[in-house]
Amino acid sequence: MHEMSLAEGIRGIVEDAAIAQGFTKVNAVVLEVGALSSVEVEALRFCFEVVMKGTVAEGARMEVEAIAGTGWCMPCAKSVAIDQLYDPCPHCGSYQVQATGGTEMRVKALDVQTAPAGV
Amino acid sequence: MCTVCGCGAGEVMIGRPSGTAQRKSAPTTGWKVASVETAHDDSHEHVEVHTPASEHAGHMHFGHGPAHAHAPGLSQHEMVRIEKDILGKNDRFADANRGWLAGRGIFALNLVSSPGSGKTTLLCKTIEILSSRVAVAVIEGDQQTEFDAERIRATGAPALQINTGKGCHLDAAMVGQALPRLALTDNSLLLIENVGNLVCPSAFDLGEAHKVVILSVTEGEDKPLKYPDMFAAADVMLLNKTDLLPYVSFDADKAVEFALRVNPRLKVFRVSATTGEGFDGWLGWIESGLAAAAAGCEDGREEKALVAGY
Repeated sequence: MHEMSLAEGIRGIVEDAAIAQGFTKVNAVVLEVGALSSVEVEALRFCFEVVMKGTVAEGARMEVEAIAGTGWCMPCAKSVAIDQLYDPCPHCGSYQVQATGGTEMRVKALDVQTAPAGV
Repeated sequence: MCTVCGCGAGEVMIGRPSGTAQRKSAPTTGWKVASVETAHDDSHEHVEVHTPASEHAGHMHFGHGPAHAHAPGLSQHEMVRIEKDILGKNDRFADANRGWLAGRGIFALNLVSSPGSGKTTLLCKTIEILSSRVAVAVIEGDQQTEFDAERIRATGAPALQINTGKGCHLDAAMVGQALPRLALTDNSLLLIENVGNLVCPSAFDLGEAHKVVILSVTEGEDKPLKYPDMFAAADVMLLNKTDLLPYVSFDADKAVEFALRVNPRLKVFRVSATTGEGFDGWLGWIESGLAAAAAGCEDGREEKALVAGY
């Protein structure tokens, strides 16, 4: 789903950072992807490779750190772990669970190659 | 597979072992040494092949270049912390749209559904009833053609068609360009009909007040579970084509139950755009939204006037 747009978003963030920080090559892009976010990692990986061509991140690795899903169970009035948006509360079995965490899609960090110092 | 976005590549989750739930492991906090290649297999659960690297937990490895040196002439790997939302740019455009709309007291709804759920017919019926009381304008999103905008214009409401080409969703920048072209009236209703797609539009905030998801009884009642992202992103669900319930094997109560599993705060209206059945609730909800948008705008104006008065 819409992974091409997401990959273009990543490219924009990488290019802005390259201008701001003056690096010329990116070895790896580290992403944080929540279990409840609307991103399909393998589709994103495919788009990532295509979209990064001709940029400082051409050929860069895409690394994904997964963020576990959490929700607020209304009957229990506490935070619980969920894997899917439609999962019941693991304690009381209620579906009155509102997703509160694990929906993020972020560029966490870049592993970059800096220009040789002193040259 | 969709050639643009990769839709159809599918959630790479082949079944689920019965009994034990598969929890993804907690996020790794360690930072990998940049020069060390980890043995990634190409599995979905990438996080699990990362070495926890406890000795590196919570700090960053500057200076771990190939030579572990800061010597002049040697290039270095650096981890640069970014911490930016991938959709941050879209969200900034959406915030700008939201501000623009709020300043004019315009109540904007983003209507999302699969193709064929009856969005355009529902819009036409809504406009037909509301247009004597409030100004209504429509932004239509489709990959190609101006058919839907023409149907809306036939009701007398102004409509602007956005063709996304190969794109599978509207984004906030597209809507931002459309807004000034529509000559919108203050304190009016703006209906944005998104591209017929129950997946991608869920992730893109357009600056609307609410997403409204439409599910029709000619689809499957399990759609909220099959496409949970959209039902989670919406504030309102319209169960449309209820006039056809006697002719189809669709369990409406089950559909609503499934939708509420995904999103317990979802407001549900059962409607038929053909007969107008159930429209009182839907239109009443729109009218209270219009009143709130107008009141919010009025408050903003009074504040500005007060500031100007000083």
